[in-house]
Amino acid sequence: MTPAFHLLPADGAASATRLDSLALCLLLLTGAVALALLGLMIGFSVRYRAGSKADRSGARAKDLGLELTWTLIPLLLFLGVYAWGAVDYLALYRLDPAAQPVFVVAKQWMWKAEHRGGRREVGELHLPLGRPVRLVMTSQDVIHSFFVPAFRIKQDVVPGRYTAISFTPSRAGEYHLFCAEFCGTEHAMMTGRIVVQPPAAFARWLTAGPRQPGMAARGFELFRRYGCSGCHAAGSTVHAPDLTGLLGRRVHLQDGRALTADEAYVRDSILLPRKDVVAGYEAVMPSFAGQVGEEDLLAIIEYIRESGHDERAARP
Amino acid sequence: MTSAQRDLNLAEEGATAATSYLTAGHTLRSWLTTRDHKRIALLYAVSITLFFCLGGIAAALIRLELATPQGDLVSADTYNKLFTAHGVIMVWLFLIPSIPSVLGNFLMPLMIGARDLAFPRLNLASWYLYLAGGAVILWALLAGGVDTGWTFYTPFSTMFSNSHVVLALAGVLLTGFSSILTGLNFIVTVHTMRAPGMGWFRLPLFVWANYATALILVLATPVLAMTLVLLAIERLFQVGIFDPALGGDPLLFQHLFWFYSHPAVYIMVLPAMGVASEIIPCFARRPVFGYRFMAYAILAIAVIGFLVWGHHMFVSGQSVYAGMVFSLLSFMVAVPSAIKVFNWTATLYKGRITFPAPMLYTLGFVGLFTVGGLTGLFLAALALDVHLSDTYFVVAHFHYIMVGGSVMAYLGGIHFWWPKVTGRMYSEAWGRLAALVIFAGFNLTFFPQYLLGYAGMPRRYHSYPEEFQLLHVLSSAGAVTLAVGYLLPLGYLAWSLRYGRPAPPNPWRATGLEWQTTSPPPPHNFAQPPVVVRGPYAYTDGAP
Repeated sequence: MTPAFHLLPADGAASATRLDSLALCLLLLTGAVALALLGLMIGFSVRYRAGSKADRSGARAKDLGLELTWTLIPLLLFLGVYAWGAVDYLALYRLDPAAQPVFVVAKQWMWKAEHRGGRREVGELHLPLGRPVRLVMTSQDVIHSFFVPAFRIKQDVVPGRYTAISFTPSRAGEYHLFCAEFCGTEHAMMTGRIVVQPPAAFARWLTAGPRQPGMAARGFELFRRYGCSGCHAAGSTVHAPDLTGLLGRRVHLQDGRALTADEAYVRDSILLPRKDVVAGYEAVMPSFAGQVGEEDLLAIIEYIRESGHDERAARP
Repeated sequence: MTSAQRDLNLAEEGATAATSYLTAGHTLRSWLTTRDHKRIALLYAVSITLFFCLGGIAAALIRLELATPQGDLVSADTYNKLFTAHGVIMVWLFLIPSIPSVLGNFLMPLMIGARDLAFPRLNLASWYLYLAGGAVILWALLAGGVDTGWTFYTPFSTMFSNSHVVLALAGVLLTGFSSILTGLNFIVTVHTMRAPGMGWFRLPLFVWANYATALILVLATPVLAMTLVLLAIERLFQVGIFDPALGGDPLLFQHLFWFYSHPAVYIMVLPAMGVASEIIPCFARRPVFGYRFMAYAILAIAVIGFLVWGHHMFVSGQSVYAGMVFSLLSFMVAVPSAIKVFNWTATLYKGRITFPAPMLYTLGFVGLFTVGGLTGLFLAALALDVHLSDTYFVVAHFHYIMVGGSVMAYLGGIHFWWPKVTGRMYSEAWGRLAALVIFAGFNLTFFPQYLLGYAGMPRRYHSYPEEFQLLHVLSSAGAVTLAVGYLLPLGYLAWSLRYGRPAPPNPWRATGLEWQTTSPPPPHNFAQPPVVVRGPYAYTDGAP
C-alpha cells in the first residue's frame, strides 16, 4: 500500500461518493457561516474600536425580528442536513435481499471472516467488485468496531448480538481495515486488509485455498449433532416450527408481536428460546447458550438459509 | 511566596486591604476550615490547577508518542493508561469543577448581592469530597493505572481489563458527589439569596449559566453514580448486568453512561458561555444583545442537552430509528448555541471596543467554540457520523469545545476577575501574549486532527499507518506551543501576586455587583447590603 497521504481516503464504495458530497455540502455551509462570523467579529472590532470615530447612534440592545431570523434560518438548514444524513444512514442498514452475506467474527485482537462457500480468512477480507455485500458481525469478547475508511463505513461489533451493515464496493484495490472501538492492549494492532477484486478473480479466489465444506454443509452437520433436527425436521413428531425459508419471513409471536426473521432472530431463538416464542407453539425448546460457539452458530444459520433456497428450487 | 507575606504586603496598602477576606485568617488551618465561598474558590483553584498540570503531562506524553508512526516511546499498555489518565483527570478533576467551582463559587454570591452561598459548610464539604476523589484517582494511577479509556466501556472494563478500574470508579464517584453538592448549593442560593430588587431577569448571564449548570449537575450526576456502582458490582461479583456472557447488555452501559456524560459536556461549556457574556459587553461597552434570548438559550441547551445522548451511539448497534430521533434532537440543540454566538457578535456592533487580555481570551473562545460547534453538525448528521465516529475528527471536535471553548473562557474569566480575587493587576502585555500563543498553539494542535479524522485515522491508536505522520507531527508541534502558552499565565499571574499593581475596586468600569465592593472583597462581601435598581449590563455607548 502506498504511504502517500490523501485527505480524502480513496472512495471504494458507492456510498462513499454520496457521503463525500454530504460532507462537502456541509463544509461549504459551515465554512460560509464561520467566515461570515469571523468577518463580522473582525469588522466590528476594527470599525468600533475604542479610538474610532465611527457613527454609533441608534444601536439597539435587542431586536426580536433579527433574533427570530437567526433562530429560524439555522433551524431550517439543520433540518435539511438532518434529512440528508438520515436517508443515507437508513440505506446502510436496509435489508437488501440481493446482498451476499459475509460473516465476520472479531476477537482480541484479530478479524476473522467466513464466506458462504466455506472459505475463511484472518486479518483480510476479500470482496467482489460491484456486488452488494452485507456484513453480519459479532464478537467473541469485548466490543470492537469494523471500520473501512475507503468505504466510509463503520459498525460496532458487539458480543452477544449480530450487527449488520450493507455496502457495494465500487473500486478494485486494497484498503485499510481498522478496529475503531478501543478494545485493549493491542487495539492499534487490530487492523487488516480489505481486497476488492473483479467478480471473476473473486470467484477464483473463493474456490482456491484448502478444500473445505461450505458453511451450510457444516451447518447441516451441526444441526444434526446438536439435535436440532430431532424436533425441527419435517418428519418429527414434536410440535416445533418449520424452519424452511425462515430467513426473511414474517413471523408472528405468541405475545402478539410480529417480526421479520433475520440472523439475530435465529441466533436469539437458539440461545434464548423463550424470548420470541412463535404463535401456536409451546415454549419447550431448551437453551443452547454456552454450548454453541459463534462460528458454529453462523454455520447453522447458513444451513437454515440454504434449506429454504433448496425448497424453493425444488418446487416446479 | 507565603500567604502571610502577601497579607503583610496588602496590609501596607491601608485599611481596605486589612479587612479583606484574604486577611481574615493567616494560618493553614484558617484556610482548611474556612466557610467563606471566596476562600473555598481559591482552594479549588489551586487543586484544579495541580490536576490540570498532571492531565497536561499525560497529554504531552501522548503527543510525543504520536510524533512517529511506530509505538516507540512507551508501550501499548502505558499509552492506553496515559490517555485514560488524561481523560479522567481532565474531565472530572479539571473541566467539570473549573468554572463553576472556582469562578462560580467566588462570584455567584457577589453577583446576586449575597453574603455567601446558602450552605457554606456544604460548600467546604464538596471541596473535601473533590479532594478525596482526586486522591483516590491519583492512587489508582500510581498503583499502576487504568486502561479502559475515560468512558469505561463494558464488557472490556468489567471482565477483560486487568487494571485498577474499581479504584478509579470510586474516585470518580466521590467527585460526582462533590458536583451534586455544589449544584444543590448554587440552586438554593440563586432561589433564596438574591439581593432586594434582583429579579430573575436582572441576573447576570453568568449566574443564569451556572444556575442551569447546577440543574444538570443535580439531575445527571446521580445517573453516573448509579452506573459506576453497577459496573463495580459486575466487575467485583460477576453479576451479569453489562456483559452478554453473563446475560447482560453492553449497550445498556453506553446509554446510562452517555445519559450523564453528554449533559456533562454542557456542564463544561455553559459556564464558559456565562463568562463570555460578562466579558464581551464590558469591553464592547454595550449591553449584551438580546439578554432574554440569551437566558432562554441557556435553559434550552440545558434541557435539550438531556435528550441527545444517543448521538454517541450511532454505530453501536442501537436501533436505526433511535439513531434518527437522537440525530434530530442533536440538530435542535445546535440552534440555541448558534443564537449565543450571533448575539455575542451583535454585542460588538456599535460598541467602543478595547482589547485587554480577558477580551482576547474571550474572542478566542467565541471563534474556537464556533468551529467546534459547526463541526458538531458533521457528527450529528447520521451517515457522516458512520464514517467519522471514533476517529480523530471526534477528538478534534470535542477539544475545540472543551479546550478551545471552556479552557479559553476559564482563562479569560481568571484574568477578568483576577483584580477582584487577588487585589492585584496582572501584566497586560504578558496576558495578551499568552492569549495569542495559546490560540495559535491550540489551532496547530487540533486543526490537523480534523483532517486526520476524515482521512480515517482512528482514535486511541498507539501506532498508526505512515501516511498519517505529517499531520501528527504538526499536531505534536502545536502541543508544544500550547504547553508553553499554558505555562505563561502560571508564571506572570504568580508574579503579580507579589509585584502586581494594587487593583482598584473596578478596574474595568464593569457594571456587576461584584465590582461595587472592594478588591479583594471583605469577608462578608458588602459593607452595605446592595439594593438592585436596574438590569445587568447597563453599559452606555459613548459615555466613559
